[in-house]
Amino acid sequence: MKILVPTKRVPDTDQKIRLRDDRRGIDIEHLPFVINPFDAIALEEAIRIGEQQDSVEVLAVGIGTELYETELRTALAMGADRALLVEVPDYSDAHAGLDSWNVACLLREIAHREEPDLILMGKQAVDDDASQAAQFLAALLNWPQATFASTIEIQPEGARVARETDSGIETIQIGLPAVISTDLRLNEPRYASLPSILKSRKKPIERISLADLDVPLEPRIKILNMEAVSAHRSCQFADNVEQLVEFLERDREQEEE
Amino acid sequence: MKILVVLEHDQQQLRSGSLSAIGFANDLARQTGGEVLCLVLGDAGDPLAEQAAQFAPVLAASSPLLADPLADRHAHVIADVAGNRQVDLVVAASSTYSRDVVSRAGGLLGGAMASDIVSHSWIDGRLEMKRPMYAGAILATVVLQSSPQVVTVRPSAYPAAEPLATAGEITPLVVDDASLPSHASYDRLESKPSHRPDVTEASVVVSGGRAIRNSDDFERLVGGLADCLGGATGSSRALVDAGITPNELQVGQTGKIVSPDLYLALGISGAVQHLAGMKNSKRIVAINSDPDAPIFEVADYGLVADIYEVVPDLTSKLACDET
Repeated sequence: MKILVPTKRVPDTDQKIRLRDDRRGIDIEHLPFVINPFDAIALEEAIRIGEQQDSVEVLAVGIGTELYETELRTALAMGADRALLVEVPDYSDAHAGLDSWNVACLLREIAHREEPDLILMGKQAVDDDASQAAQFLAALLNWPQATFASTIEIQPEGARVARETDSGIETIQIGLPAVISTDLRLNEPRYASLPSILKSRKKPIERISLADLDVPLEPRIKILNMEAVSAHRSCQFADNVEQLVEFLERDREQEEE
Repeated sequence: MKILVVLEHDQQQLRSGSLSAIGFANDLARQTGGEVLCLVLGDAGDPLAEQAAQFAPVLAASSPLLADPLADRHAHVIADVAGNRQVDLVVAASSTYSRDVVSRAGGLLGGAMASDIVSHSWIDGRLEMKRPMYAGAILATVVLQSSPQVVTVRPSAYPAAEPLATAGEITPLVVDDASLPSHASYDRLESKPSHRPDVTEASVVVSGGRAIRNSDDFERLVGGLADCLGGATGSSRALVDAGITPNELQVGQTGKIVSPDLYLALGISGAVQHLAGMKNSKRIVAINSDPDAPIFEVADYGLVADIYEVVPDLTSKLACDET
């Protein structure tokens, strides 16, 4: 079984996001980057499937500049068998962003070449929060999809997936090949051990250029402008429960007026 | 502009978010001189279509094969309708259903999709939309560059549609069952029955965080206060991860986005990801034992205290005031 895990490089979620002066993108200087946390969960799941079954190959894919090498090394250190970098120019300028559609088109081509049985990826990237790439990819491939997976059971003929929905946990059965997107509670990704980090340095990272793939990049979404949003309010502290109740009462009275 | 609104329902009722999606569509149709058509998918038939027809004309796609919300089939029908009727814009409320199904339809329709928009303007014949990014730290103004366009709207950002003076027409849509994909089959939905309103629809939300030690305490402290105020319960990610609350209560960047009149955060420290889900609430009250907890930075009223000590007192005082 071959499992393809696309991984996106995103700013560390603990960092404060600042805009560039031209407000067309975020200031990435000095910003630490990580594998999108949901993609790390997908990677962990693929590795675990490999630990439970014979002859599973896990292929991590990154789409970006050579900067992606760091995250693909992490993927190899965690236990991916291979890593593939789709080399595209720097699209950090929001005006020419690599959007979900472009990512799905590139991944479709990779899927045609690699013929995986399963594509596992995060349910959303925590930078653009679009939650589209996996569904677009499944649509383009005409494969079944199971989004927001909280448990995945691989079976001889398919997979049984529990999905986290607004109304509860939904269980569906899908045939393979398929695209599954991963939610928070599927697993807790491992940290790569020092020996595996050292070993991963010797593994090659395969590269493929945009020209080789012959996929035109035609962004569907264009960012005109960005603004920083402040959620700050000045908090009025109550000394005790009585005073808090007074605050709330005062509000209610004002509303009724 | 020809607008198709994909409605969401639970077989009996339309979801309230869908009414916000129709509200957005009606508003945009007025501005662009266009028309709105709603699409109801399922096997529940007339009552749902009639509910929807109060707000706009309805296309009712009914088939036993559409009874369960399976993405491949629903997306197939949506894309078919959008294509056949030369729709310019497909709209749905932001939810797990639309993220699953409508995003797939977006892929079938060429990928021009904006998720979770919170405002829009029609400028020079172009739809400009604002959507949050980076857990709500950034608001981006975007346009889509091919047609048809697909948009999901954040329900809390748009008022519900007003009913029409005369109900819209209902047109049955004949579904060719044989053409529907059958890659997937539906097994079951497990949801915890609750007597409380849905967290995305309630005007008061009481949420609990890491300070809550077990599900009994959650029910007593958070549930007790919510019931006293006639509100819904919500939860931070920490409690869902710990198995104390079910995932459908999670408020945040990857959970539900709420903006009630009153949000009470009990023992929630206020991680950026949680704030993304509640910071647009009208009034925010935080109780936390740590005076430096970031939740106080977005709160209107704060109380530095152990929730175990003060919440029962608060509940009884508020309940007294009710009577």
